[in-house]
Amino acid sequence: MTAPIASAPLDDLYTLQQHFFTQFPTLSRQDFSNGVYALDPDARQSWLAIEQFPPYEIAIDLGKQLFTHPFSNGQHYGDCFPDYQQGMSQHYPYWDLKTQTVITLSQAINRCRQQNQAPPLPPTSQSLINLTAYLTFLSRDKPITITVPPEPGARAAYQHGKKYYHQRRGQLNFSCASCHVQNAGKRLRTETLSPLLGQTSNWPTYRLKWGRVGTLHQRFIGCHQQIRAQAAAPQSEIFRNLEYYMSYISNGLPVNGPSIRK
Amino acid sequence: MKIIALLATLLLAGCIPPAEFEQKLTGQQLAFDRKKGNCLACHRIADGQSPGNIGPPLSNLQQRFNNKEDLASFIEDPTTVNPATSMPPFGRNNILTRQEIKSIANFLWTLPATQTIIP
Repeated sequence: MTAPIASAPLDDLYTLQQHFFTQFPTLSRQDFSNGVYALDPDARQSWLAIEQFPPYEIAIDLGKQLFTHPFSNGQHYGDCFPDYQQGMSQHYPYWDLKTQTVITLSQAINRCRQQNQAPPLPPTSQSLINLTAYLTFLSRDKPITITVPPEPGARAAYQHGKKYYHQRRGQLNFSCASCHVQNAGKRLRTETLSPLLGQTSNWPTYRLKWGRVGTLHQRFIGCHQQIRAQAAAPQSEIFRNLEYYMSYISNGLPVNGPSIRK
Repeated sequence: MKIIALLATLLLAGCIPPAEFEQKLTGQQLAFDRKKGNCLACHRIADGQSPGNIGPPLSNLQQRFNNKEDLASFIEDPTTVNPATSMPPFGRNNILTRQEIKSIANFLWTLPATQTIIP
C-alpha cells in the first residue's frame, strides 16, 4: 500500500493508521510502539527478559547528570527547556518557522549548547545520545504530538520525507515502505518486519547488535546498508525530514524510549 | 607437489574469464547463499533452513511459468511483470550474473510440483 504522493498529512495519517489497525486487529494503539515485540511472541519474551535489567538505564543516568550540570556561564539546559520535566521529546521533531527547517531533539540540545557558548556535540556522540535518552525517558507514555503547520516549507519537508520513505532505492530496489508498509508483520528469514506505525517511538534505543544506545538516524544507515543503498549522514536534512514524516504518522502513539531492540 | 598444483590452478584460472571461474556454486547454493540469491530471505524452498514468508513458496514453478527461460527472465527483473513487487531485479541491478540466474532457474525448475513444507 503506497500513500498517494501529494495527499494532505492528515489524510496520510488516517489512511496509514487505519491500514495497520485493520491488518493487526488484536493490537492496541499503544502496542504499536513496541514494534516487532507486539507481533512476535518469542521475540517479545526475550525482550521482556532483558527489560528486567534494562541496559539503557546507564544512558538515562549519564544523560541526567549532563543535563543538570551547569554550562560555564552558570546557565542550565533546563533554562532552554523550562517545561522539560513534563516531557518534551513527544513534540520532536518540529518545523521551525524561523530557520525554515525540521529541528530534531538532538539539534535542539545543540542549539541550547550554542546559546550557552558550549560547542555542539557530534550527532552520534554518546553524550548527545545520553541527553536524548534522559529527555525521552521523561516523555514516556506521553502521546507523540507532531504537527505539520499549513505553511509551504513545513509541507515541503513533510512531503520530502514521505517521498523518501516510499521511493525505491539501492541495489536491492526496496523502499522503506516495501518492507515496513507492504510487508509489515511478515518474516525476512526469521526476522519479523516492523510496521511504519510506531517506528520512531522507542528512540534512542539499546540495540543488542550495537551493544549500546544509538539513534534512529544510525538505524536508518543500517537499513540502507541492508538494501545496498547509499545513506545520508545522521542529522542530514533528508534524515530529519524522514523522521518528521515517520513521527507524524505515529501521532497518538505513546513514547516508550529508550527501549531495546535486537 | 602442492606448489605445482597451485601453479596449475592459477594458470588454468588465467584462461577462464573471472565471472565463470567464480561460478563454482550450484543452483541450489546460489539460491540459498545470503550474499547471492538469498531466495530464502523471502521464500520457502525445499531443504532450505529458516525461510521468510514475504513471497510465495518456490514449488510448482513448472505450472507458474511457461519454461525455464521465462522463469530466468522473471528473476532478471520481476518488476516488468509486476511493477509493485518487492522482489529485487537480480539481473537489471547486477545482483547476480546472467549465468547465476540461469543456474538458479535450472535448480528451481527441478523442484517437485508438490512438496511437504515444514513451516
